Amino acid sequence: MAFLKKTIEKLSAGLSRTRQMFIGSLKSLLSGRKLDEKLLDDLEEMLIQADMGVASAMKIRGDLQQAFTDKRIEAGDQAIDFLKEEIKRYWPESDRSVHFASAGPTVILVAGINGCGKTTSVAKLAWRFKTEGKKVCLAAADTFRAAAVQQLTIWAERIGVDIISGSGSDPGAVVFDACDAAVARKADILLVDTAGRLHTQDNLMRELTKIRDVVSRKIPGAPHEVLLVLDATTGQNAINQARVFSEAIDVTGIFLAKLDGTAKGGIVVAIRNEVDLPVKFIGIGETYEDVEPFDPEQFVEALFA
Amino acid sequence: MFESLTEKFSDVFRKMSGRGRITEQNVRDSMRDVRTALLEADVNFKVVTQFCEDVTQKAVGAEVIKSLHPGQLMVKIVQDELTALMGPVDSRIYYVSPPPTIILMAGLQGAGKTTTCGKLAKLLVKQGKHPVVVACDLQRPAAVEQLAIVAEQVGIPSFRVEGSGNPVSVARKSIAWAGKNERDVVIIDTAGRLHIDEEMMRQVQDISSSVNPHQIYLVVDAMTGQDAVNSAREFNERLELDGVILTKFDSDARGGAALSVKAVTGKPIKFIGVGEKLSDLEEFHPDRMAGRILGMGDIVSLVEKAQGEFDAEQAAAMQEKMAKGKFTLTDFLGQMKQMQKLGSMKQILKMIPGMGGQLDAMQMDGDEMRHMEAIILSMTPSEREDPGVIEASRRRRIAKGAGQESQDVSGLIKSFTQAAGMMKQMAGMGTRDRMKMAQNMGQMGMAGGFPGKVKQRSKRLTAKQRANRKKKKRRR
Ligand SMILES: Nc1nc2c(ncn2[C@@H]2O[C@H](COP(=O)(O)OP(=O)(O)O)[C@@H](O)[C@H]2O)c(=O)[nH]1
Ligand SMILES: [Mg+2]
Repeated sequence: MAFLKKTIEKLSAGLSRTRQMFIGSLKSLLSGRKLDEKLLDDLEEMLIQADMGVASAMKIRGDLQQAFTDKRIEAGDQAIDFLKEEIKRYWPESDRSVHFASAGPTVILVAGINGCGKTTSVAKLAWRFKTEGKKVCLAAADTFRAAAVQQLTIWAERIGVDIISGSGSDPGAVVFDACDAAVARKADILLVDTAGRLHTQDNLMRELTKIRDVVSRKIPGAPHEVLLVLDATTGQNAINQARVFSEAIDVTGIFLAKLDGTAKGGIVVAIRNEVDLPVKFIGIGETYEDVEPFDPEQFVEALFA
Repeated sequence: MFESLTEKFSDVFRKMSGRGRITEQNVRDSMRDVRTALLEADVNFKVVTQFCEDVTQKAVGAEVIKSLHPGQLMVKIVQDELTALMGPVDSRIYYVSPPPTIILMAGLQGAGKTTTCGKLAKLLVKQGKHPVVVACDLQRPAAVEQLAIVAEQVGIPSFRVEGSGNPVSVARKSIAWAGKNERDVVIIDTAGRLHIDEEMMRQVQDISSSVNPHQIYLVVDAMTGQDAVNSAREFNERLELDGVILTKFDSDARGGAALSVKAVTGKPIKFIGVGEKLSDLEEFHPDRMAGRILGMGDIVSLVEKAQGEFDAEQAAAMQEKMAKGKFTLTDFLGQMKQMQKLGSMKQILKMIPGMGGQLDAMQMDGDEMRHMEAIILSMTPSEREDPGVIEASRRRRIAKGAGQESQDVSGLIKSFTQAAGMMKQMAGMGTRDRMKMAQNMGQMGMAGGFPGKVKQRSKRLTAKQRANRKKKKRRR
């Protein structure tokens, strides 16, 4: 529960002024109330304010109503447990775990739009794997943004892992070299940081596919994980992002960054519904230690906190 | 979305008995769809609720003008209200004398502050100013270097204090430095921070009170969801913002954050970032934004983007041709090629109202362009000048020469004729009218100026079907 504790600490530090309490707790919303239209409306509002989107909120509303009609639940208080169970089921244990290579380096490709938190998330993963005793290499394949390579280099130094960067502007070349280096140095994990790009920039999306193809050609079975980093404050556009990035590089999971703010990140529910992607990690701060594996239970608690 | 909104409005009003005044129930029924559209565009829930209530009040009792379809009237009311909420526009930057004018940039992590500092500086340079950017993001690794590189690209100095960990003192020193080095505008970049991070919020307040900026801008990611109001409100209370800059507008985000932020802060949206280049900073247009939030695309931006890519002389010549209705297939081909420079066809079409949902029905890709070119090149010069002369046998000949079907030829000519007509009208219009025109095009399901080949219906229709379709068209 480290994440929850931390989040609550951070929240309460900032929430000294009560006017910031913009969403009442689910408990106070539901307890002692009859399940009627008004209550369902309130619930829908809460879900939409968590960025879950109209469709997903309506789906959950419908499920709750059905459960009530079927007499599986009778009052507002039971609805809390029902909802938690319901939403938790979106992310079964099986698809949250990281898929490792059976031999040779496990390659993890990290992508996302500009500023969503890719580089920081790469640093976080590097630190996590390193503390698990794995040998980690970073590939600085953001050759576009000013000082992006320096940024990742500073992280590599702080954490104490290898970094492979090139001097040119071709991310494919960097990844090519990084794959060689990872194999030669017998690294367990190769984390590839890429330049931010909007999913509407077709040429940049093709570039990303090329990067992925370089990886696959160099190391059979790679990339073993393709993580899409999503800023937790993102709204409904994240669904398009998830869809288009998946088409380009077969995303295997989401790294949900910046969950330490007041945004609930409910968009991952919609993404599960519409693009069927699991969430694997969450980012909860700006240091490399601020990372946790995604835990649906905690997520749902926080969603309704 | 726009068509479906109009469609749904129309459905609701079709049920009205006769034409008269819009009743409260009519409006409430139709507002559900507006509500959904706004929520899907990420307008904040509470803002949406208030907005729908206001529009309902406005619309109830409004006269349904005979010539106008009530559905359209509702869309217009909704759009006007949205526009009013996001306006008025104020893209001016207020300079002080004596200089320097101090501008402070703030926002959440990853919103795009550093790049926006560069873009703003570039804009100021264009206006004849001599800005300096100041590196007060001492938090994120290599942020100082990033700003330095950006400044170099703009051709202006960046101010940094080597080894300093204190942004307040860096900011203070930069003002003195600017005075000595004849810099008339100081743009201060700050670290991204969460609005609930008490320590960091206090830090930005300290920076602010130590230099007393003349303008404070909040940089907001256009893709932000429901939480936009919470962060914007907090920043505004701590810093007394002067304006907002929205970033990442070149995405397909509908950008409801614009409305939400305006609603809670009341501060004008100054600029929007529309690309990764440092020149990609534009003025904000609430009317276009309203269209975008409702899912109507943004044809005016498209037209302007296209105009930016044409060289001025060519554009002027084109303008005149259009106005005189002397726009030929040769010009058309040339224009389509110009358009291709702007990005893939699909991307362009996405920006056109009414096209969003129809993309699948359109086959417009690189091949399509080649086919179109082949068809036009198979025509004789006189046919290109006046496609009116092309009857069935010529059509077959052209199709054969181009390796296409005869119906492809007629499809192309039809598109061209519509385009030419639209262009003739558009040529003499101001932005506002062009926007209106664009909407009409959206409703016609045809992207006037920039035709693509809509899949031809192969089925021959019965007289009754034809009549029905006509009726439907009229109703739209
Ligand atoms: N509060 C918070 N900030 C984050 C988190 N992850 C990244 N950031 C910040 O977001 C900004 C952009 O991050 P960066 O990794 O450079 O994004 P990139 O452009 O996608 O590589 C930086 O200021 C990071 O410190 C997170 O989990 N929480
Ligand atoms: Mg990066």
